Amino acid sequence: MLKDEDRIFTNLYGWMDSGLAGAKKRGDWQNTAKLLKLGHDEIVERIKASGLRGRGGAGFPTGLKWSFMPKEVGARPHYLVVNADESEPGTCKDRDIIRHEPHKLLEGCLVAGFAMRAHAAYIYIRGEFVNEARRLQAAIDEAYDAGLLGNNAAKSGWKFDIYLHRGAGAYICGEETALIESLEGKKGQPRLKPPFPAGAGLYGCPTTVNNVESIAVTPTILRRGADWFSGLGKENNTGTKLFCISGHVNRPCNVEEEMGIPLRELIEKHAGGVRGGWDNLLAVIPGGSSTPLMPQSVCNTMTMDFDALKEAGTGLGTAGVIVMDKSTDVVKAIARLSYFYKHESCGQCTPCREGTGWMWRMMERLVRGDAEIHEIETLEQVTRQVEGHTICALGDAAAWPIQGLIKHFRPEIERRITAHRTAVAVEAAE
Amino acid sequence: MPKLTVNGIEVEVEDGATVLHACEEAGVEIPRFCYHDRLSIAGNCRMCLVDMERAPKPIASCAMPAGEGMVIRTDTDRVTKAREGVMEFLLINHPLDCPICDQGGECDLQDQAMGYGFDSSRYEENKRAVEDKHMGPLISTTMTRCIHCTRCVRFATEVAGVPELGAIGRGESMEITTYLEKTLASELSANVIDLCPVGALTSKPYAFTARPWELNKTESVDVMDAVGSNIRVDSRGAQVLRVLPRLNEDINEEWISDKTRYAIDGLRRQRLDRPYVRGRDGKLAPVSWDDALGIVAARLKKAKPAAIAAITGDQCDAESMFALKRLFDKLGSGNIDCRQDGATIGGARAGYLFNSTIAGIDEADALLIIGSNPRIEAAVLNARIRRNWLATRLPVGVVGPQMDLTYDTETLGDDPAILADILSGKAKFAAKLKRAKKPMIIVGMGALARPDGAAILGKAHEIADTYGVVAGGWNGFNVLHTAAARVAGLDLGLTPGRGQMDVAGMYKAAEAGKLDIVWLQAADEIDADRLKDAFVIYQGHHGDRGAHIADVILPGAAYTEKDGIYLNTEGRVQYAGRATFPPGEAREDWTIIRALAGRMGINLGFDSLDELRTELSEIVPHFADQDEIKSARWAKFGGRGKISSTPVAAALDGFYMTCAVSRASETMGQCLMALQADLAQADQAQDAAE
Repeated sequence: MLKDEDRIFTNLYGWMDSGLAGAKKRGDWQNTAKLLKLGHDEIVERIKASGLRGRGGAGFPTGLKWSFMPKEVGARPHYLVVNADESEPGTCKDRDIIRHEPHKLLEGCLVAGFAMRAHAAYIYIRGEFVNEARRLQAAIDEAYDAGLLGNNAAKSGWKFDIYLHRGAGAYICGEETALIESLEGKKGQPRLKPPFPAGAGLYGCPTTVNNVESIAVTPTILRRGADWFSGLGKENNTGTKLFCISGHVNRPCNVEEEMGIPLRELIEKHAGGVRGGWDNLLAVIPGGSSTPLMPQSVCNTMTMDFDALKEAGTGLGTAGVIVMDKSTDVVKAIARLSYFYKHESCGQCTPCREGTGWMWRMMERLVRGDAEIHEIETLEQVTRQVEGHTICALGDAAAWPIQGLIKHFRPEIERRITAHRTAVAVEAAE
Repeated sequence: MPKLTVNGIEVEVEDGATVLHACEEAGVEIPRFCYHDRLSIAGNCRMCLVDMERAPKPIASCAMPAGEGMVIRTDTDRVTKAREGVMEFLLINHPLDCPICDQGGECDLQDQAMGYGFDSSRYEENKRAVEDKHMGPLISTTMTRCIHCTRCVRFATEVAGVPELGAIGRGESMEITTYLEKTLASELSANVIDLCPVGALTSKPYAFTARPWELNKTESVDVMDAVGSNIRVDSRGAQVLRVLPRLNEDINEEWISDKTRYAIDGLRRQRLDRPYVRGRDGKLAPVSWDDALGIVAARLKKAKPAAIAAITGDQCDAESMFALKRLFDKLGSGNIDCRQDGATIGGARAGYLFNSTIAGIDEADALLIIGSNPRIEAAVLNARIRRNWLATRLPVGVVGPQMDLTYDTETLGDDPAILADILSGKAKFAAKLKRAKKPMIIVGMGALARPDGAAILGKAHEIADTYGVVAGGWNGFNVLHTAAARVAGLDLGLTPGRGQMDVAGMYKAAEAGKLDIVWLQAADEIDADRLKDAFVIYQGHHGDRGAHIADVILPGAAYTEKDGIYLNTEGRVQYAGRATFPPGEAREDWTIIRALAGRMGINLGFDSLDELRTELSEIVPHFADQDEIKSARWAKFGGRGKISSTPVAAALDGFYMTCAVSRASETMGQCLMALQADLAQADQAQDAAE
């Protein structure tokens, strides 16, 4: 279990002042100029050394991502874009960072922006986060007033501006290239890659898009050292991570924990355990709605890190842990997720536009059992036809929960189909 | 030049080529819906997925740049599965209404479903239905059939320059629409019908008319403007049913204007299908060819050569004009003019050709337009200027009225005096011309079809000399014609010599009672009232302005009804084929003149079209070089006279109705009305806003 002294987000619950004065007391904005003195490349190297992997879901090494930016600023300026469009069902970590630790994010923007030679950062915040946007803007204003941002940001000699941009409520705008499109004022649809944003991103300029959490932890990593961060967690899955535990637990919460913590420990220590006890657990979706669920048998020994979950056929994703006890209609739960992805598909490319609707409609029938047994196979094939054939990962995200369901709960689906068929036959006989 | 392997075949492709190009290079067919050579890459249909070595997922070949050493496979199980999957997805919400769909038989979805799809559907749910959209009188929409490839959106935004089409909604609910449900305000709008890979956008005037396999396809050349767009005329029996573009990279690429495509219903209306003679009662009465030719022969024999004249129209083929000129030569009259608008051009060829060629527009780095609105006078050519502007922000200066050309222009004013300022370097735009390595000037009929046109042409010549418009191998001096027949007419010398009458002279002579006979060869863009005192012989195909004042009508053939040679504004020699026969007793035009000559005992020197063409190319040799341009030597042309202060105006009033055929076309009438209604609505909205 993570020791208190190793926590990065010490005001995650907002028990202290989230304003600049409070943030400074907790160590934010202390000697920021000194951090920048390390130099652009050294910061990148240290983040690489810390083993920090992107906290937005894909788990791509953050330092490596930064190193893709051109080493020289050419005719086109560099941009840092922060993805605060947190919309993955089951995930609410960025929200609390913005609410209670906004200065960690802002300082992180300066450090990360400096590292990749950007003079501007755009924070794209989810449209529904109205109060959060106000809170963040207030923090930005505070930082400007204190000289921490602007022409000579934190007296470092580096000019740095942060702009807050509010989205309009589309889930797809959390995909990095759709986010860039939306930021440019266009319809939020993912772009084709290549070119990657580091080559041609926002307004065609080199751009890096990072998750709020990834950016917010960087100043602390630099202050306490890459070794400290990489000493936490497991090999290749280092550091601390915010987990969002929701669903059938006694005390749903956000909590910062070490990577690789056993799932059972996470739930029982921090969320008060599964409703009705561990044995009442049916399944857990470990990383936000797009990751395949795990039945209790897998949960028993699972540790919460990228590699272990990947090996189990699911993923850490955003670490939005959704707990379902045995009262859950698991087919209906996944059908609801299918509806979500159908609703949020941007409609640009064929497999996702057509496939998400098809999958949802089949799922709705499976909830009732109004299907043939062989249609389970068809549904499985349709998810495979969507997966990996789309422009962005939304198609995959729509396919995975269903694949998880079929993998682990096929008997339940078959039971419903049989029951429904019997019911229909009985009704016809009467 | 990256080298890569496609299915084991090694290919080398141009830098910047995509994997899809590489596959084509290797002779491997890649199915696709959204990809189009002339549009930006969307990568959304996912039909072109291929396997790339070391890639975890199949890649969209249309969007992936070809890289050195790539190993591509299109024959793997994964690719086959991916294609089948995408094809199935495209079809689940596509209606099975092929039997009542006009795209049937030329549908990409049909063809590729046959080639790459499953044999049956596993989709058991309800299909999606989408409300149809109003897109004006040309485009019929059945949006349920749409597969969201966005080709139409990209065409409207990129090529046509009217960003009025787009996708609204998300996911399954995404719909392609004109945002305001109005007619696409473009002269190129109907090209989206060709681009649509399915039957979502089909041709409204052609709806439910024919199946593609029933049609006779004739390669021809368009005469609605002077661009000389290459077209395919599809006909069944005696009727021309539709016109489609033919690929010609140097001229129209694969676009044509809406007028080119849709004026053809005018070929069925107002036709002159038998000879007429005006009787004593002042009314035209039908007569036999024999009588008609007899009357014309007798009149011509009686008249003094100096008192007869001829005007040829804007859509005449070279053969008819040559035959008429030969007849007039034999009659001893030089009063013949092919410039019914009174354009003061002729003489040195460099002074009336689009010297840079149309493809040369791609290379220009500054453009000065004098008295032309290329958007309505040559819509396809305008799209090329727009493309250059999109790619290079080509500076464009315009001497003439304010107009929206679909790209940014600098309106220098409509006072011709500005030309002197440009010449002296006083006008701001002069600096841009000076900086340019390949400057271009386009002079239009708005500047030349006026009494001081020769002086303006002269001034343009001086500007060209001053700013290096003609230098090295580059000749950027261009005249943009509005008449398809003009360059051929000028090359054939259908201009009066000294002491002979041009069109203006004919008007004066007719009004003074000094003109006995005027022969109008399909000439309708004239001031008919001023000629009516003469004996008017009208040889043509439509009952338009010329026929109204005619004393004898000799019914001829329209452009789809005869083999003919046309020279476009570049001077490119193009041969058009006959798609149908002229209606009723109407005849191909050169044969009418040949018959008349026979009647009068005159030997024109040819008895067949081949003989005529041989004769023609002996006099003007380059007419024999099909699809070639005989470039013109830079020479002296234009006048030095005074330029009046009359503002430079547009050459044409509008786009849709500019000739006898388009004036007779119901479709063109509907387009005009739709345009006016939209303009009125926009005005109203503006008023309301104020």
